[in-house]
Amino acid sequence: MANPKSNKQIKIIETWCKGCGICVEFCPVNVLKLIDDKITITDKDKCIRCGLCELRCPDYAIYLEEDKDEK
Amino acid sequence: MYTGSDLIKNNFRMDRLPHIWCPGCGHGIIMKMVTQAIENCNLEKEKVCIVSGIGCSSRAPGYMNFNTLHTTHGRALAFATGVKLANPELKVIVITGDGDCTAIGGNHLIHAARRNIDITTIVFNNNIYGMTGGQYSPTTPIKEFGTTAPFGNIEKAFDVCKLADGAGATYVGRGTAYHANQLVKLIENALENKGFSLVDAISICPTYYGRKNRKGSVVDMMKYLKDTAIDVKVAAKLPKEKTEGKFLIGEFKNIHEPEYTEEYLKILESIKSK
Repeated sequence: MANPKSNKQIKIIETWCKGCGICVEFCPVNVLKLIDDKITITDKDKCIRCGLCELRCPDYAIYLEEDKDEK
Repeated sequence: MYTGSDLIKNNFRMDRLPHIWCPGCGHGIIMKMVTQAIENCNLEKEKVCIVSGIGCSSRAPGYMNFNTLHTTHGRALAFATGVKLANPELKVIVITGDGDCTAIGGNHLIHAARRNIDITTIVFNNNIYGMTGGQYSPTTPIKEFGTTAPFGNIEKAFDVCKLADGAGATYVGRGTAYHANQLVKLIENALENKGFSLVDAISICPTYYGRKNRKGSVVDMMKYLKDTAIDVKVAAKLPKEKTEGKFLIGEFKNIHEPEYTEEYLKILESIKSK
């Protein structure tokens, strides 16, 4: 696959999310949404794993991690 | 580059997270970038000491899993000077706010810079005193509002970078919470510099500064950083009218000068050998 980060999966720590909306705004493919002030991924398959949400999340509530089960 | 949540697990006191900063506070982003820079520089955890004063920003060492020291208001640099001289092996990093650094601790800042002591200072600059309720600080821009400036601030603001440069710091840079990757690079360079380094990290305070000055939502404030910051190398090539009303980011100064701790140890050695 072309994306070097493609083996990574997007993860969320819901209890850490304060609902600021930074990740939603700067997501280039618009797969994130705030529901009841908590971050939710609307379409996991569309996610390009660019990591911009992780980069700018002030609460470390969203991140990319290698899925160990798939190996 | 920021590389993932292992970073959080490796560098933070996980039982203390999530932090208590407000939703959308830029401090969280900057704190993470400080740990990323430490990791990129391959510094040993035991050899890093993080010192802070008082304020929103100064809560950061409480979350960071290094040798940490939370000191009195404005005196972070004074304590850090003591730590560095007692143990010159340590990489001393000071995390401070705009009020802590330039108002209460202004004197310590200029003298630490003048001595060129090997301390890396990261100023979490949110243009206001957040923790105490939104009083205007020395970096609040003129005509803007604070709890103690209900009719607008009439004082000129400090440019933290120019202040440090003028006082004799050997590394000076400015980054923002939005330009996070660039901020990591700046902090890395600051850590590598042997001497007094200062990185002015522009943060956002949606709760006080944003609300008092009608800057809009967290996202609006992040967009403001994106649109208003201009890299110093780019700005040099642009005509003056295009850089008006914008602030500069990037590396402003990176020179080499004799470092205080080394000079001090040289004196000690010369006396001992007599």
